[in-house]
Amino acid sequence: MKPRELVVILYLTLAIVFIFLPVAILVQYSFQDGLVPVPPFRGFSLRWYEKMLANRKLMEALGNSVVVGGVSSFAAVTLGFLAAYGLARGRPRHAGRLQFGLMAPLTVPYIIIGLGLLSTFGALGIDRSLLTVGIGHVVINLPLCFAIVYSQLGEHQANIERAAHDLGASDLQALLLVTAPMLWPTLLAAFFISFTLSWDEFVIAFLLSRFDVTLPVVMWNMLNSGLNPQLNAVGTLVFATSIGLVVLVAMLLMSRGGRRG
Amino acid sequence: MAEQIVRLVGVSKHYAEMVAVEPLDLDIVAGEFVVLLGPSGSGKTTILSMIGGFAAPTAGRVLIAGEDVTDLPPAKRPTATVFQDYALFPHMSVRSNVAFGLAMRKVPKVERHRRADEMLQLVGLEGFGGRGVHQLSGGQRQRVALARAIAVEPKVLLLDEPLGALDLALRRQMQEELVRIQKRLGTTFVHVTHDQEEAMSIADRIVVMNRGRIEDAGPPSRVYLRPASLFTACFMGESNILTGEVVEATSGVALVKTQVGTLNVPVPAAIGDRVTLSIRPEQLLVDHVGAGALALGSGTITETSFQGTHLRAHVAIGAHGGDLLLRAPAAAALAPGSTVKLAVQPADIAVLNR
Amino acid sequence: MRAGGVGGLTRWALWPALLWTGLLFAAPLMVTLAISFTEHGGGAFTLDNYSGFVTRSDGAFLGALLNSIEVTVIVTVLSVPLAYPLAYVLAYQTPPRWQRVLLVMLILPFWTSYVIRSYSWLVVLSKNGVINQVLLAAGLLDAPIEFGNGRGATVLGFVHFFVMLLTLTIYANLVQIKESYRKAAADLGASSLQTFLYVTLPLSLPGVAVGAFTTFVLAIGDYITPQILGGGRELLLPQAIMLQIERRADFPMAAALSMILMLVVSAAYLLFARHLKMERV
Repeated sequence: MKPRELVVILYLTLAIVFIFLPVAILVQYSFQDGLVPVPPFRGFSLRWYEKMLANRKLMEALGNSVVVGGVSSFAAVTLGFLAAYGLARGRPRHAGRLQFGLMAPLTVPYIIIGLGLLSTFGALGIDRSLLTVGIGHVVINLPLCFAIVYSQLGEHQANIERAAHDLGASDLQALLLVTAPMLWPTLLAAFFISFTLSWDEFVIAFLLSRFDVTLPVVMWNMLNSGLNPQLNAVGTLVFATSIGLVVLVAMLLMSRGGRRG
Repeated sequence: MAEQIVRLVGVSKHYAEMVAVEPLDLDIVAGEFVVLLGPSGSGKTTILSMIGGFAAPTAGRVLIAGEDVTDLPPAKRPTATVFQDYALFPHMSVRSNVAFGLAMRKVPKVERHRRADEMLQLVGLEGFGGRGVHQLSGGQRQRVALARAIAVEPKVLLLDEPLGALDLALRRQMQEELVRIQKRLGTTFVHVTHDQEEAMSIADRIVVMNRGRIEDAGPPSRVYLRPASLFTACFMGESNILTGEVVEATSGVALVKTQVGTLNVPVPAAIGDRVTLSIRPEQLLVDHVGAGALALGSGTITETSFQGTHLRAHVAIGAHGGDLLLRAPAAAALAPGSTVKLAVQPADIAVLNR
Repeated sequence: MRAGGVGGLTRWALWPALLWTGLLFAAPLMVTLAISFTEHGGGAFTLDNYSGFVTRSDGAFLGALLNSIEVTVIVTVLSVPLAYPLAYVLAYQTPPRWQRVLLVMLILPFWTSYVIRSYSWLVVLSKNGVINQVLLAAGLLDAPIEFGNGRGATVLGFVHFFVMLLTLTIYANLVQIKESYRKAAADLGASSLQTFLYVTLPLSLPGVAVGAFTTFVLAIGDYITPQILGGGRELLLPQAIMLQIERRADFPMAAALSMILMLVVSAAYLLFARHLKMERV
């Protein structure tokens, strides 16, 4: 083996070890047969999974995260898709400035977005809730969804829409029957990314929720009283589910792409 | 007079910095296979877009079947387009693609699928209805795009360089098919291309365009043998261009002094006029025996190249460094350095207007 | 819908997103700006928050800003060169079939909770954590050291996250570069190193710039990592902002600090602006 190849493999190995280190610890100590998820590892036990599932606050928060993530991502993808379509096909004046405006939230730290919404909602007398969290999540995910869809609306795509119009489709028909279905992998990817970001988002969720909270917030609250293996369990569970979903999506896309002639 | 299915009246198209189409008029007769021929930037695709409704003219009116459609969007015009990149809907089956226009016209599912299958049979893709678009080759996709467009029975079918992406053999085959289908359907076809051989193969009438203007329009044989302009002569194929001054003129025949000698050309002209003549390489006669031909003198072969179907040769002729391009049968014994006597039938000399 | 023109649907499609961004992003930002000029508890116009930024708490706020900038720059400067070789190896020296698999593997930790992951780093870095165990066993240490608090841990936590993110973005950028460029360079006599230096690297820089900018913005505005891994040793700006909101309910001060943070981010944006364009397929 050439020395250069050796270096490459060594580097890759080190990188993988580095990246997986906290995850390995996380998973390992979710099975800890002891009170605290810290070394030394005392033995294998599933009791923390049991306790986690029995923890109502935790499970409720998990459910809340799914709902907030799902709804806000759906909204973000829809708004982002429409905006990308309107900008790419409508070609309005000042398209560049509009694009800048839509992408602007990406350059603002979440804590500032959260503070702004907190102040504004407070001034308007709107209570903090999962709804306000969802609204905040749409704000941060909308630019991403817009960018992802916009990048796919090039000339080739435009021609296909022209063909639909040429054959008699109205704007709405072309949008629903041709553009949206054609872009479904892109829309799915945008949804997936938005969901992931919303799912794991702490600051906005923390600032804009009150009684009903999302998973990161409840974890944070629990962690303030000390490390808790239940959280390792929930972290591992989420991790495993995510891997499962990713594998599923990958297989789906692979089987679809594999048939291309 | 046959019905004029498409009329462009005083149509022009400007973009911010450039003029794509100068004001022009164009009439297309129903049932014609018209080819808009020209180099890129000539405005041919812009004209097609304006007929189809994808671009609005800066000035002028567009009439289809007697109706002013200038302000109508593509969906409402009785036209259908075959796009250069086919633009097939990747998420629909072949059958659904072909049936799409019928679905837009609210034709019931069973009926439109039946008609879609009919169209597929017409273009030679019988049984392909259930396949996915990604499973088709380039040539097959092209046929689906065609089937999809004719399924809606348009009054005018617009084709935007549809054969560009195909290899030569396939292109020739598709050219024949297009003509066959057009004759069978009787629909007016307006076809855009930059390939003059393609234009001549399929067109009933060729409209030659250059820089936003119509240079010439007419049947392929006329446009080739009697080009109206210098551009047309050169674009339609290789040609020998001779310029000269009229030194003598009698009723209908002028004596023109050119760089290859003085020629008698049947054209009404006055002494002192400058004329431009075009002679096609294959019209030059080598060592011709027989009366009636106009002798051009002797020349020396400078270069030859074998082209498969013929021999292409350069001939140095005349005292002023004139050079003529010659096409001879492939088996001709014309080696560089040999001397040949050239002649041409007077009727083959084309006089260019500009 | 006119000829060659756009229909009604296309015209209004842009509006919902614009309204949302305008009302729920731009307006709150304006509100924050306005609040930063008001008195805590009062509401009268004042510049106290901004002057207080420099003077209050023995310049703690100013210190927090400087700490934030330092930490973020260090993180960016470390993460990019660490991630680039990973992305490079993945893009050019891995068989295509394995690329996607390895890529997914490399970014898998993304799907563990950010909060929990940071705490896991605490465990790894603690006195009886893995790092100490390895160092003790190798004889490099006599007694365990608590690595888990302070700037080092914060930087480590950030770098862990951003190496994953940057590997992803740089990889996506590298695979887009046409292979024919590199082939042409090789054809003209360039060695692998030369091809990399004169062709691949320059062509990839715009994508790297975008990644670096993203890293900067995300890191400088992050609350969780410094809060968990910083061990209370130093204060970073987002933590200062959070303190004003949670402990003191001093929204005006929090708003002023936020505006200052925005200034820093805007300065960074101007620096990177040349490279931040959007292209369509």
